[in-house]
Amino acid sequence: MNYEAVIGIECHVELKTASKMFCGCPNEFGGEPNTKVCPVCLALPGSLPVPNRIAIEHMIRAGLAFEAEIPVFSKFDRKNYFYPDMPKDYQISQFDMPLTQGGTVRYWLEDGTIKECRLTRIHLEEDTGKSTHAGSGDGRIAGSDYSLIDFNRAGVPLMECVSEPDMRSAKEAVGYLEMLKRTFVQLGVSDVKMEEGSLRCDANVSIHPVGASEYGTKTEIKNMNSFRSVERAIESEIARQIAVVESGKKVEQETRGWDEAKGITHSMRSKEKAHDYRYFPDPDLVPLEVSRDLVEKIRKELPELPGTRFERYTKDYGFNIKQTNQLLDDVSLAVYFDATVQATRIASNGSGNPQQAMNFVLGDLSRLANESNIGVAESKVTPGHLAELIGLVDAKTINSKIAKELLERMWAGEGSPKAIVEKESLAQTSDTGAIEKFVDEVLAAHPDVVADYKAGKLNVAGFLVGQVMKASKGKANPAMVQDLVKQKLG
Amino acid sequence: MNFEKLSAAEVAGKVCTGEVSAREVTDAMLHHVDAIDPKVGAYLTHLHKLARECADGVDARVAAGEKLPLAGVPVAVKDNMCLTGTRTTCGSKILEHWISPYTATAVQRVLDAGGIPIGKSNMDEFAMGSSCENSALGVSRNPYDLDRVPGGSSGGSASAVAAYEAAIGFGSDTGGSIREPAAFCNLVGFKPTYGRVSRYGLIAFASSLDQIGPLTRTVEDAALAYDAMGGHDFMDSTSIDRPLETTADALRSKNAEAPLRGVRVGLVREFSTEKLDAEIDAIYKKAYKDLEALGAEIVEVGLPTAEYGLATYYLIAPAECSSNLARFDGVRYGLRVDAEDVGGMYEATRAVGFGPEVKRRILIGTYALSTGYYDAYYVRAQKARTLIANDFKKAFADCDIIACPAASSPAFGFNAKSDPYSMYLMDYYTIPMSLAGLPALSVPCGWVGGSVLRDAPAGAPQDDKKPLPMGLQLCAPLFEERKLLQAAYAYEQATHHAKQHEPRVIPSAVEGPR
Repeated sequence: MNYEAVIGIECHVELKTASKMFCGCPNEFGGEPNTKVCPVCLALPGSLPVPNRIAIEHMIRAGLAFEAEIPVFSKFDRKNYFYPDMPKDYQISQFDMPLTQGGTVRYWLEDGTIKECRLTRIHLEEDTGKSTHAGSGDGRIAGSDYSLIDFNRAGVPLMECVSEPDMRSAKEAVGYLEMLKRTFVQLGVSDVKMEEGSLRCDANVSIHPVGASEYGTKTEIKNMNSFRSVERAIESEIARQIAVVESGKKVEQETRGWDEAKGITHSMRSKEKAHDYRYFPDPDLVPLEVSRDLVEKIRKELPELPGTRFERYTKDYGFNIKQTNQLLDDVSLAVYFDATVQATRIASNGSGNPQQAMNFVLGDLSRLANESNIGVAESKVTPGHLAELIGLVDAKTINSKIAKELLERMWAGEGSPKAIVEKESLAQTSDTGAIEKFVDEVLAAHPDVVADYKAGKLNVAGFLVGQVMKASKGKANPAMVQDLVKQKLG
Repeated sequence: MNFEKLSAAEVAGKVCTGEVSAREVTDAMLHHVDAIDPKVGAYLTHLHKLARECADGVDARVAAGEKLPLAGVPVAVKDNMCLTGTRTTCGSKILEHWISPYTATAVQRVLDAGGIPIGKSNMDEFAMGSSCENSALGVSRNPYDLDRVPGGSSGGSASAVAAYEAAIGFGSDTGGSIREPAAFCNLVGFKPTYGRVSRYGLIAFASSLDQIGPLTRTVEDAALAYDAMGGHDFMDSTSIDRPLETTADALRSKNAEAPLRGVRVGLVREFSTEKLDAEIDAIYKKAYKDLEALGAEIVEVGLPTAEYGLATYYLIAPAECSSNLARFDGVRYGLRVDAEDVGGMYEATRAVGFGPEVKRRILIGTYALSTGYYDAYYVRAQKARTLIANDFKKAFADCDIIACPAASSPAFGFNAKSDPYSMYLMDYYTIPMSLAGLPALSVPCGWVGGSVLRDAPAGAPQDDKKPLPMGLQLCAPLFEERKLLQAAYAYEQATHHAKQHEPRVIPSAVEGPR
């Protein structure tokens, strides 16, 4: 029988704010343990939470980016359970009135296929501290001698995005996550650094026969630390579930942990022991009324989103998926690229030159960036100067070799390529007379090569062209050189 | 001079004019506390050193020309309010040795106004109780009869103010914890509108009900204290962001003859005192007559759902407390009883650290919030709460102030209320106002002999000669603190019930007007 997987993703994303969700402590990754804490995030007796306005606005931003509904009323609820790194022994979260409801994530796969996944909701909550368990060997609490808790992370604003079970493969899950990441970074609501734990996700996976309408029993997979491990874990879990069903057994509803080293999921706890979280509205926080004015203001301020860029790059500019992804996976690169295109458009008073801009941005500029470990957008090459360079090439004022050299000088901080060209008269020459002079000199200096050519070794012409270019200090129009050399060799 | 007997207004006046220094008042007060507190047991922690430091600070500020409304006024801080560097126990073993590293907003405001912290006062554990007997750390006695309770949960503050160990006592009122002890100890006990005084630094019992307020010997002092402690606080999201209407400067009516002219006083049909002891019934009937004599128009109003107040309260308050008290887990602060694993540590710590009443309420609240019971208990209680609040709204369409008893009896003897429900009933008249978030106070309204407690269970004191104070409860619509205190002031100034008897614990006390 053929099976189809049904996948839903829940992911927790730490919001990028100056302070924590309910107190004034800095929201920063790392630091000496327990140095970014106060009575509120340590849950000292008598302390009270005060919500972070920016975090709430980030939620609205995120919701609007996915066309979610932003209800007028929202509230915070307490999720009650005991855990040592959760200072209040309840988490302030949102139960039945989240800040955003519904919405759709449109994402694409490696082959460019567009997919959609509905969002159930995005709600706002607070992060816990971090426990370190010593002496148990595997870092787990069971069997440990003692535990240390760092509350620096406690109270960091966290949004939980819950998807509908709309994904059908591990690749789709990764495509969905990449889209979330791109969008959140683009919106500035999160850094989305999985390695720092600012994005953590769980996958709900079930299988059913292709075409069946009912879902199979799902398992929840945890402990996936990268998009790659999400892909591997889901694939492994799908295979496991198919094997279970094929052997005539039933898939148990349970939580399973992903073991990166072994490449398998293992049972963590069954759902029967599930907590009763005793949600109830947090009496320390008044219900939120989200004004329509604020929603509209945020909607107007939304930047161009990755989906729109994708359309533009692939359809209008004709870039392939690899090029498009390269630009979109680094928002600053896409923004830089767009600014460059815009500048070429203004300079040419036409449609600009996106192709050439992309070649530079993904080619020489990215290479220089990698070599120097400075981002393209942070480099000394401004989009305006890059557009100038493209203009010089387009107008055949300089050839590509000079362009390359100029770019390196611009990277080093020399500024406007136009100015350099003018100052050093680097402009390409198309003066037939001047070029002819160089050609004659070169031919005269290499009689043996000329003889070889005449004897039928036609590929030596390249050498002669190179010599002419060298003699002209690279300024000669290469196409004209080529023509003249061939012509002279007759 | 007996500085300790001065009201807050008198102390502040004398200190501000330089007649006495805050330090002199404080030294006298500490001397008095040393002499008397061993008998009364008002304080769990004495703050002699801090008090003197604060007094010197106030004297310096007064010398620099600052006008401090509470300059040099001795203050008792209920032990569920944080004060930097002091032990803040909540009357519980679980916090017995916890030193607060920050100060509650309301406390800070009173200190900024010139108040002097004399000590941290005893209370029912986590403010759960009506007699102070639920304190795990000490026994507080009623200064009018040491064999009786001072009421609760702000019992220590009530004892302290009644025995002249402070002029202002900080109380917190969740279902009556300011008003009932005030009634028991011949004091004014004032619970402002919910959200009027910041809860930041008040260790939560039931967040949607907890409200800080003062216990004082006069209405004027209550107004002064309220003006100092109230107002919006950025640190408490539930504190109300609108300007505080000051009250101390607005107590006196322009109509000296009939200060309550134009005020409609509503008597609650469902709170009829007919079924109470005849002596108590007479006291309240007289109080209502006195209000009328002051010019008030007496009208009858109904609070048909008020009878569900107790049941409603005992779902909502425990539900919130079950969550609020989760943090006392032995992990970060307070008591820790070690065990094999973390779960065992939680259990052992909380088993040892919490007393029976706290455990009872955590259990009730956990149950009420559990899946399958939530709708039947918590949600229904919230609906009932809305109905009760609506009843008040309707009643206030017909009246300006509601008058009713603060408690159905005077202070009772230790161990007189052995079953929890009979103790819960002590808050019968005060809980509905708490559920509605309304400002309410208790003001002394007369004295009864201990004989009215003849039906009390075995163990109750039989000495019926000692007169015991009773309290009249007044309640106003939301934010009508000024109107409320004006009415209480007019009544107090016309009747002077509080001054009829001195507390028996005072060595110089002789029966007669004080």
